[in-house]
Amino acid sequence: MTTTIDTDAPETRAPSATLAVLKRAGVVGALVAAAVAVALVQSGSGIVVWQSVVTGLLTGGLYGLIAMGLTLIFGVLDIVNFAHGAMLAVAMFISFGVVAVTGLHPYLTMLITVPALFLVGVLVHRGLLSGSGGATLENQLLITLGLSLLLENGLLLFFGAEPKNVGLPGETHLDVFGAVVAGSRLYAFLGAMALGLLLYWMLQHTRLGTAIRAVASNSAGAELVGINVRRIHTLTFAIGAACAGAAAALAVPLLSVTPTLGEQFNITAFVVVVLGGMGNVVGALVGGLLIGLVEQLTTIYLDGQSSLLGVFVVFVLVLFLRPQGLFGRRT
Amino acid sequence: MTDTAVESRRETRSAGPAAPPLRPQNRQFAVLAVLVLLAIPLPLILPAAQGAVAVRILIFLIMAVGWNIMSGFGGMFSFGHAAYFGLGAYTSAYLLVEHGVSPWVGMAAGMVVAAAVAMVIGYFSFRYELKGAYFALATFAFAEMLRLITTSSDAVNGAVGYQVPLIQGSSLGQMQFPAGSPAYFWIALVLAGGAVALSILFRHSAAGRYVVAIRDDELAAASVGAPVMRHKLLTVALSGAITAVAGAFYTQYYLFIDPQLAFGSSVSIEAIVTAVIGGIGTIWGPVVGAVIVGSLSDVTATLLATPPEFLSFLQGRSGLDVILYAVMLILIVRLMPKGIFGTLAEKFSERRRR
Amino acid sequence: MSVLELSGVDKSFRGLRALSDVDMAVSEGEIVGVIGPNGAGKTTLFNVICGALKPDAGSVRFAGEDVTGHKPEKIARSGMVRTFQLMRPFATMSVAENVSLAAQHHTRGAERLRGHAVEIVERVGLREWAYRPATELPTAGLKRLELARALAARPRVLLLDEVLAGLLPAEREPVLDLLAELREQDGTTLVFIEHIMAAVMRLSDRVLVLDQGAVLATGTPDEVTADPRVIEAYLGEEPTTHADA
Repeated sequence: MTTTIDTDAPETRAPSATLAVLKRAGVVGALVAAAVAVALVQSGSGIVVWQSVVTGLLTGGLYGLIAMGLTLIFGVLDIVNFAHGAMLAVAMFISFGVVAVTGLHPYLTMLITVPALFLVGVLVHRGLLSGSGGATLENQLLITLGLSLLLENGLLLFFGAEPKNVGLPGETHLDVFGAVVAGSRLYAFLGAMALGLLLYWMLQHTRLGTAIRAVASNSAGAELVGINVRRIHTLTFAIGAACAGAAAALAVPLLSVTPTLGEQFNITAFVVVVLGGMGNVVGALVGGLLIGLVEQLTTIYLDGQSSLLGVFVVFVLVLFLRPQGLFGRRT
Repeated sequence: MTDTAVESRRETRSAGPAAPPLRPQNRQFAVLAVLVLLAIPLPLILPAAQGAVAVRILIFLIMAVGWNIMSGFGGMFSFGHAAYFGLGAYTSAYLLVEHGVSPWVGMAAGMVVAAAVAMVIGYFSFRYELKGAYFALATFAFAEMLRLITTSSDAVNGAVGYQVPLIQGSSLGQMQFPAGSPAYFWIALVLAGGAVALSILFRHSAAGRYVVAIRDDELAAASVGAPVMRHKLLTVALSGAITAVAGAFYTQYYLFIDPQLAFGSSVSIEAIVTAVIGGIGTIWGPVVGAVIVGSLSDVTATLLATPPEFLSFLQGRSGLDVILYAVMLILIVRLMPKGIFGTLAEKFSERRRR
Repeated sequence: MSVLELSGVDKSFRGLRALSDVDMAVSEGEIVGVIGPNGAGKTTLFNVICGALKPDAGSVRFAGEDVTGHKPEKIARSGMVRTFQLMRPFATMSVAENVSLAAQHHTRGAERLRGHAVEIVERVGLREWAYRPATELPTAGLKRLELARALAARPRVLLLDEVLAGLLPAEREPVLDLLAELREQDGTTLVFIEHIMAAVMRLSDRVLVLDQGAVLATGTPDEVTADPRVIEAYLGEEPTTHADA
């Protein structure tokens, strides 16, 4: 992958690497096609499968956006942020609160959730994760675990467990070649894709993005050429959190807002991150789409099982067989 | 450097600290015996509500001892101990409800099942060299898979779970007593004492020393003859079996189990938080942690039932206990990474050495 | 007969040849020095011999048995033990515990184990450190701990990876004496990687020179240091100038 956080891509081998990625993309594409074909046989109904594929991909876009933040944090800081889902929940409550109080259009709450989560990210990194206390992997896991418990139960304590809903003004249902799609789902997908590409562009073409990539591939070297590594770490963590903020505003019309909604997204986001290759931003976006599909197809394959089961099966297989992710190279 | 300089440096240096006790486990067993003896009269002294708290503390204690063996001594950070707790709970509940098997036998069966599953998960994780975060995520995934599978399996009552059939009077063989009977506490005390004793035995056995060495440096340990895979598997099996005891006892005590109670991620988190707060990788850490975490929910429940004026808006809300232990978890990891017991023990031994 | 015998050992990392077609034979009781410029594959050679790495091709035989690809612990238990160039103490243990751990597979019982460990700790000159945390040792001490731990495992063949590096000249003498004594008293076979040529010259019966993963020369220390190819490999500089590096 030509992107960002590949630590060991010698420039000279770029063409063959690109080829390898294309080859893997072909394999993944073939697997997906096969999975869809099996689903067709199993359900015997083209429209059911088509509906699943469309719903899966659209939902997957959102997973991708959430996972992009997580994978960015992992790639640059080596932190597995267990509080990512809880941060998403916090952003959802902010979005819900703003809509409830001001009547603002849900999507416009992004103007508040993104900076708010950015700030949360700065505070969390500076306050909890940087410095010696956050040095080891176990400590980071434990601190972010504690943070997620804190945030979730803080929301529970102050807002209670009753689900809250935000309607999308002028919600419509669209027909996509026979599949019925809620407008909010489609808009969320488009928004997620746009933001994902924006983040990718930012990493590739801005000064900050270059600095982030430099720190990701070699923080000691980055320090030597005058990059303030700690500042980049904080900014990266904040940008990762802001991704959750953006995703929250896009998703708020789609979901019931509860204090624990982050849990499930957290799990899915981790699966997506591992699938796409830890630290690989584009991989996360693609992984998100795949996991969206897997979820929907699971309900066709395994009647009566939770859609999450398929996600976990894929997760464990990827962890064991390709821990570097679908698109990463074995190190 | 001249020889005399070397010589004089050698002289100023003391002969080094004196030899530590040859068998530190003897003292630990003595402390354990004293603690157990002191705890025996507790259910007769404490009011009924606190008696229940004491039992919960012991359940947490067993879970944390189990987790600590794998993740503290073994350094394999498990995020999915709910799997073993749940397997203990479900195996005993299933055997009791569907086949009328005594919960004691069910508990033993649960230990075997949990140990076997732990070894299978462990084998594949070690075989494919999952480390650190990847290992934690894999253990989490397996626990969640068990939760999802039990939830949708009619063979084990799906999402409904199992209700332990009530019997008349009390029976040790059925591990059932009238509500509030001190017998529950005593059984839990024996189980918890046994778990701690096992962890002491294990820590100071040849296998336990290998396990700690493998945690410290796997290749170095292998290079002096430590069989790595075998000892890692032994560790996860022991850890899973002990955690299963907590699950089986939980079912008998609360008379009810469902997929969320058995395999939910909060179970894994409770095991982690208890051990970490007390002191990861120490014998007594899980004990200290269990007393704190186990009594916290009771303290907050009391507080929120009749809150002081300034907290009145919180009346009847839940979540405060978890908030407290989350804050404690973060503070302890940041400020005293060896946990409460680990840090105190270190301070104490430092002072003694000076 | 050779106690340790390598034939045709190849090992590559991502297309980079770290060892190519290495043959080597060490007789019982022999002391063999392994030298070569940085990156010549010396440590990789040890890793392959001791099972930390699997060779891509070729075989490793120890005491007449094919041990190619065996697990490190199995090889260690059968009597071939190595030390690490970058010291790897068990960080949570005392010096004595580090050493007794290595003796665990042949000695049982707390008293005997500790007695054994203390004896070895004293033998390498770490007596006053015995019950202190291993991580408090200075570099020289950690080097000795590496040696002590390997000795505790009762090696028939001992593979030493730069045990002298980082030691002051005065600190090297006792270690060299100890190594010589190991062969005299215990009959231990020694294979040692070393940059300090004075030590190689003094101790080795035979020297093996590795360069870019291949065996460049073997012979007595005098033969090898006179070999023009060897001098060439060290970029024209006399290897002996490394003596006090």
